Amino acid sequence: MNTKFGTFGGQYVPETLMYPLKELEAAYEEAIKDEGFIKDYRYYLSEYVGRPSPLYYAERLTRYLGGAKIFLKREDLNHTGAHKINNVIGQMLLAKRMGKKKVIAETGAGQHGVATATGAALFGLSCTVFMGEEDMERQQLNVFKMKLLGAQVYPVKSGTRTLKDATNEAIREWVRRVEDTFYVIGSVVGPHPYPTMVRSFQKVIGEETKEQILEKTGELPNVIVACIGGGSNAAGMFYPFIHDEQVQLIGVEAAGKGILSGQHAAVLSEGANGTVGVLHGMKTYLLTDPNGNIKPAYSVSAGLDYPGTGPEHAYLFDTKRAEYTAVTDSEALEAFNLLSKVEGIIPALESSHAVAHVIKIAPKMRKDQSIVINLSGRGDKDVQSVQVLQQ
Amino acid sequence: MNRIDRTFKQLKKSGEKAFVAYITAGDPDMDKTEEYIYTLEEAGTDIIELGIPFSDPLADGPTLQEAAQRALKKGATVDKIIDLVRKVRQKTSIPLIFLVYINTILTYGKEKFVESCVEAGVDGLIIPDLPYEEKDELKDVLDKTTLALIPLVAPTSKDRIKTILNGAKGFVYCVSNTGVTGSSSSFHQSIDSYLHYVKSCTDLPIAVGFGITHKKDVIKMNALSDGVIVGSAIVRQIHKDSTQLGTFVKQLIAK
Repeated sequence: MNTKFGTFGGQYVPETLMYPLKELEAAYEEAIKDEGFIKDYRYYLSEYVGRPSPLYYAERLTRYLGGAKIFLKREDLNHTGAHKINNVIGQMLLAKRMGKKKVIAETGAGQHGVATATGAALFGLSCTVFMGEEDMERQQLNVFKMKLLGAQVYPVKSGTRTLKDATNEAIREWVRRVEDTFYVIGSVVGPHPYPTMVRSFQKVIGEETKEQILEKTGELPNVIVACIGGGSNAAGMFYPFIHDEQVQLIGVEAAGKGILSGQHAAVLSEGANGTVGVLHGMKTYLLTDPNGNIKPAYSVSAGLDYPGTGPEHAYLFDTKRAEYTAVTDSEALEAFNLLSKVEGIIPALESSHAVAHVIKIAPKMRKDQSIVINLSGRGDKDVQSVQVLQQ
Repeated sequence: MNRIDRTFKQLKKSGEKAFVAYITAGDPDMDKTEEYIYTLEEAGTDIIELGIPFSDPLADGPTLQEAAQRALKKGATVDKIIDLVRKVRQKTSIPLIFLVYINTILTYGKEKFVESCVEAGVDGLIIPDLPYEEKDELKDVLDKTTLALIPLVAPTSKDRIKTILNGAKGFVYCVSNTGVTGSSSSFHQSIDSYLHYVKSCTDLPIAVGFGITHKKDVIKMNALSDGVIVGSAIVRQIHKDSTQLGTFVKQLIAK
């Protein structure tokens, strides 16, 4: 298997992890060629997750914005409330197949942590989730949910106490317990084979979308928009459309308090000045200072608060197949409110970034054109913090 | 001949084992780091490993993470650390190795980094997140120099060991267990056969690191290898009471 996307990706990890990574790669390659494995994966996606998720024509939002037709890919309707579960089901089945009894995971917003805790409960595996202390404060409800599902939540106190450090700590734990533990990475980040594997367990989003949009409109969408932290929902949505050159792919990063403020989580967007480096075992675009230290990322949305991007996105950016832009906290909050009021759908703050970009572009497009937004998660987890922000 | 090779050759001749000491550069500041280098040498250290602090040190346990944070807060930078080496080189010929994460090198610029190391008098690099598969990243720039890229092997390396050691320079850094630096002094269950196997795969000297804390660890590992690497225990001693650094190292080395 190719370990890189162009020059991005690879396996920049301590030697101790090379053997388990090779073992994982071999197990993954064998599994995806095994009809039984694919059948199980599909079974849980339909019977447990509730797939396919609808592609909903947002008629009132379309009318409100007065331009292109807007469709929402409703990943928010999945069991556990976000796209994260698709990947977890795949990795849990793989962990079981490899005979591992313990799983560990990192989480930012808590969605991947909840999904992993759910999968661990479903498959009877013991589960520890690493979460930054700051994120634990921001996402208390998800912390409670993980505990309810039987997982241990390990508070990460090092560094910025967010997703970046939770990932470091999960990798360190994996190095320690490598012989009996499976590391369930939640995004298209980390060393090979994770970026490829996670995307392949998420590409069901794009595959369904393609079928659904053709059925509804008879043609491919003009634009697809998805939010990007590590980039798993975007990767899963974009992948089946990569060769449909007429479809414009747009990844929306978090501009936080504005890119010029320096307090943001954008690496590919104009002005973000991402530099090519290595973090969490992969070569990609990152936020670094001139001495090579990783700069803390900032976003109102914990799930986008990551100072890097998946290596495949770095590649799609360099080859110009996808475009990357950013929206601020306040634009995302406006979108959060608007979608709630106009469609009765409360989006996750992460997904609100994608909606915010569509608010900008839809009015400039023709009415016979169409946009698909990947509505990656629901906003229940964010309601409390938005309430505080709006007081 | 590279200073690392010379040191191991001399040790072999006199039937002694190498003591490699790690400290984080800039913890608590550059002047103190300079002082510690001389103290360590005087106490009988054979090789000094200087850590370039990084914000996200994946292979390090809490002790070295905290040391890196302290150094970064005090303003440690690659340039300042290279200046320190230049200064130290005027006074000592002890082999100096940088422990540096690959992101630091990529951001600084590969060629500029390697050239500065050579010019300042650095003898080797240990890059914990640059495994064999990614070493081409620096091949072109390293091939032109005598700077040794010290290979790391772990108990999980198994059949990779031969490949990793083919054409390697300096010495072999044998990680004592699965885990991060400073974990504990419980070594991998099959440490004996693992180290024997490493030894059988190479003509280079082999040294054992990770979790070496007490005198008994040094004795045990010296019997199985050509030397030990002690990091977290030294950094803890410095943080606790740096005036006793020399004494601490002397008792670890004493036969």
